[in-house]
Amino acid sequence: MEKKILVILEQRNGKIKKSSFEALTVAQNLASSLGFSVDAALIGNEVENLSEVFSYCSCKLVHFTHADLQLYSSSAYKKIAVEYASQQGCEIILLSNTSLGKDLAPRVAIGLKAGLVSDCISLEQKENQLFAVRPIYAGKALQEVKLNSEVKVFSLRPNVFKAVQLETKANEKISTVVEENPDLSNRVKQIIRSEGKLDVAEADIIVSGGRGVKGPEHFNLIEGLAEQLGAAVGASRAVVDAGWRPHEDQVGQTGKTVSPSLYVACGISGAIQHLAGMSSSKYIVAINKDKDAPIFTVADYGIAGDLFEILPILTEEIKKLKS
Amino acid sequence: MKIAVCVSHVPDTATRIKIAADQKSIDPAGVSFVLNPYDEYAVEEALKTKEKFGGEVVVLSVGGDRVKETIRKSLAMGVDEGVHLKTDEALDSFAIAQALADEIKSLGSELVFMGKQSVDYDSGMVGQLTAELLSFNSISVCVTFNLDGNTITAEREIEGGKEIVETSLPCIITAQKGLNEPRYASLKGIMAAKKKVIQEKPVASTPALVENLQLKMPTAKNPGRILGTDSSAVPELVKLLHEEAKVI
Repeated sequence: MEKKILVILEQRNGKIKKSSFEALTVAQNLASSLGFSVDAALIGNEVENLSEVFSYCSCKLVHFTHADLQLYSSSAYKKIAVEYASQQGCEIILLSNTSLGKDLAPRVAIGLKAGLVSDCISLEQKENQLFAVRPIYAGKALQEVKLNSEVKVFSLRPNVFKAVQLETKANEKISTVVEENPDLSNRVKQIIRSEGKLDVAEADIIVSGGRGVKGPEHFNLIEGLAEQLGAAVGASRAVVDAGWRPHEDQVGQTGKTVSPSLYVACGISGAIQHLAGMSSSKYIVAINKDKDAPIFTVADYGIAGDLFEILPILTEEIKKLKS
Repeated sequence: MKIAVCVSHVPDTATRIKIAADQKSIDPAGVSFVLNPYDEYAVEEALKTKEKFGGEVVVLSVGGDRVKETIRKSLAMGVDEGVHLKTDEALDSFAIAQALADEIKSLGSELVFMGKQSVDYDSGMVGQLTAELLSFNSISVCVTFNLDGNTITAEREIEGGKEIVETSLPCIITAQKGLNEPRYASLKGIMAAKKKVIQEKPVASTPALVENLQLKMPTAKNPGRILGTDSSAVPELVKLLHEEAKVI
């Protein structure tokens, strides 16, 4: 039997997530170097544009449907993934390290008696062995690991692996499995969306504010710049602990570790636990009064000045550029 | 009801990390270790649940002798008993989950709290692994927790929002920042903790599923350019972001 990689795709609101396309690209590359074939499993009910999968990976797509599977259920999703992977003898399982993937991957691993490496930022094969690299201590160090189990599960950090479209779209092979009586003993009843809010973990650009913003009432400066850039608003631990911003905005070791293309740090001095969470951003801009602040040691471009003077002008300049 | 809370002993987040000579661990010299921040929320939630429904809280920690310090801190916060699952090996998440699962089973606990991840290895999987080994339900990354009879409702943080999850006991809850405000250990609590018993149990050695090959430092970023000290530097910044970095 041909050896297989299984990619567990993720949909939210019926749309396949970008990080799933990243995982498909990783699968495509591994499959061609190892001589494996790829299956992709998508659990949900109504999902748009299934055929987009074949732009990234030559694979067989299995769509598991049931009205109650549109929202995540750890018990049902696990059962479906484990049963499918064992029937098909899949040896490598890939997921994205999103909030759903983080929850699901360990369950799938136990179900398959497999090892799991979470939050991989690199996954490569050398002499038919897979080597993964993952950040530890929120990115203060990196760990290289391999799995000693027959079946191997890897969850991939979003925004790190690039989703690359195939030169020619692969043949569409889709099969639909209608689930009967999914196990809903552990299930999401409802999703509460933060209204129109872009999450720092998923944003391509982040504008963050720290203690230098001087109070929650001045975060409109940060929000204004973020709006012009189509960015998410982030925050340092100090301002979250002071209650100026909600915890989900926190970037750093006890918040979120992020790698956007652009990170704009405003009034953030750059405590080590903050730097750990954002220094893998592709470009970093720092605006801070103190020219000796540690944030400037990781910034590509900096202005050592008063953010209250600089931000309104920066926002205006970006507005001009965009129009 | 016996409530279990699992904690780990980790370097303080303000600590600078140095890799040890073996290239496989960090150099503990000069590192101050603390109760894992997410586990503080787990301890607090366990104590609040006990205050509401009665019962007792048992803290479990896997590791070498230094984890006793963190067990002691949990006892000072108000936990009733401690169990030190002792090993001097650096276990992977699977072996830690197995040790916790075995102990939870022998305690007969049906409600378990732990942090959503420990801030050292950041695997974020021990809660779900332990639950699966025990065939317990589990909800990870919780910012609210409510127990009503046998039914558990919790909100878990997801990208751009929250999910309301419903399940039932037996269950493992992993705590996210925001779940509660952890209490400080009172002087009385600290004194009382000194008298509380910490049971020590050896952890059986198992071959690692996840093999740690080496630790490396990330490539250091070269410091960039300070373009100016006031808003006159803004046009140059915008130009660089647009033309050189091509990110806007």
